[in-house]
Amino acid sequence: MNETVISVRNLTKCFGSFRAVDGITFDVGRGEIFGFLGANGAGKTTAMRMLCGLSCPTSGSGTVAGFDVLREGERIKRHIGYMSQRFSLYDDLTVLENIRLYAGIYGLSHRQTLRRTAELFARLDFRKERNQLVGALPLGYKQKLAFSVATLHSPEIVFLDEPTGGVDPLTRRQFWELIYETAAAGTTVFVTTHYMDEAEYCSRVSVMVDGQIRALDTPAALKCRFRAESMDEVFRLLAREAKRGD
Amino acid sequence: MDARYAIEIDGLTKRYGSMTALDRVSFRVERGELFGLIGPDGAGKTTLFRLLTTLMNPDEGTAAVDGLDCVASYRQIRSRVGYMPGRFSLYADLSVEENLAFFAALFGVRVADNYDLIAPIYRQIEPFRTRRAGKLSGGMKQKLALCCALIHRPSVLFLDEPTTGVDAVSRSEFWDMLAELKAKEISILVSTPYMDEADRCDRIALINEGHLLAVDSPRGIVSAYGERIYTLSGGDMYALLLAARRLPHVRRCCPFGAAHHLSVDADFDAAACRRQLADEGFADVALQPAESGIEDVFIKLMNHE
Repeated sequence: MNETVISVRNLTKCFGSFRAVDGITFDVGRGEIFGFLGANGAGKTTAMRMLCGLSCPTSGSGTVAGFDVLREGERIKRHIGYMSQRFSLYDDLTVLENIRLYAGIYGLSHRQTLRRTAELFARLDFRKERNQLVGALPLGYKQKLAFSVATLHSPEIVFLDEPTGGVDPLTRRQFWELIYETAAAGTTVFVTTHYMDEAEYCSRVSVMVDGQIRALDTPAALKCRFRAESMDEVFRLLAREAKRGD
Repeated sequence: MDARYAIEIDGLTKRYGSMTALDRVSFRVERGELFGLIGPDGAGKTTLFRLLTTLMNPDEGTAAVDGLDCVASYRQIRSRVGYMPGRFSLYADLSVEENLAFFAALFGVRVADNYDLIAPIYRQIEPFRTRRAGKLSGGMKQKLALCCALIHRPSVLFLDEPTTGVDAVSRSEFWDMLAELKAKEISILVSTPYMDEADRCDRIALINEGHLLAVDSPRGIVSAYGERIYTLSGGDMYALLLAARRLPHVRRCCPFGAAHHLSVDADFDAAACRRQLADEGFADVALQPAESGIEDVFIKLMNHE
């Protein structure tokens, strides 16, 4: 791996006596599409919150975009993008207003905002939509806009938490093309999904079981190791080992 | 209206202001059938559930459940159907057993009356029966909601996206539970955005933006609308995707997990395409004929191809 943008060692988060994340260790390189899989309750969301600087680890160490996950949570937030399963956009603001709002939050200058907005509209092929309320946009448009807004400040890493849930099969595929493009341009993509075909699109995939990373490799190597036809089969083999319920 | 059908819908239309949520939808669900309503967010699935469970009236068309008209006989329908909405709608402050007792009381039955029906599901959450419903995990909430929807032994069960946001293993377990209920002669209408769940249904309706695209068995849909498909894989998959779109006689090319799917017309020449890809520097690519799946069909139909 050339340049490492996420590096964590024995990262652990306890809630009382419950070890939600139990000593995870891994590195993610620049420009990778890293699939972060796990059953409900395996600890994915808790792990992701620590990586995004939203939650302080109980123990362990690590860096995200070069900043310490224990002490520099605020600086991490400025260098990453985040898009959640449910929209991070404001339905009662227009497309342009949403973009201006996020540009302001990320601290872009007026000039940068104009340039990034023009690029975004060109890439998404949005024209008449720019003055529409986001609430009135079709779901597929919202999803792509949310992704573009999450990467407005050219972050080193973008975290996507189930970005394609409920989306039609064509839009889901267009969304992944957007991910491919973004990764090819050097932004690291860290993504969770329940669609196992999407796991096949990742450069590498980790599977969490009971708070621990049980497997981490390229989809091809994982399928070979578990003698499985698909990532779906790999996931089932691993998730069935889970001792704790969700 | 025909009492032979669990659900009978004819020209059903529902508008919200200027937006048409459901546009002249018609289909029938046989008694004892496990019928899947498959489509993405915004397809009109929840609207259809609300019309069939008599929570709203249609603007046009008719709907009947268990042989009863949804507008004229709404009271009778309400006592005969079980409904599990997409959002968790039990009482978070009541315990597991209190929720169950409450829903039984609403329908004028005792938990013991139909316990046999819910037993295989309820046993899995029984160890937590004194826990407040709001403190349950997602999977356990879902099982409790299913028990509450079944406690009065409904003749038709409506499940709105029960597996959304649920991992692949738990989704598969949920479908196993539905197969058991079907064996007990409960008619089930279940919606899902996951196309891979289609095969677990007797028949399915594909729905998008308020329009019904097709109704049949999963196998019937694939044989009626399936196309000539080739799978393509190997090397830099993104570059390969873009290259595949330039191949002659390729109508459409989409990523499909480990391999791309190419929908091709009758003049497609696989050998010539392999040579073209090799000339463009793609070594070791595999281009093989394959069968259409439900997702291929859905993409084709939603594009009005």
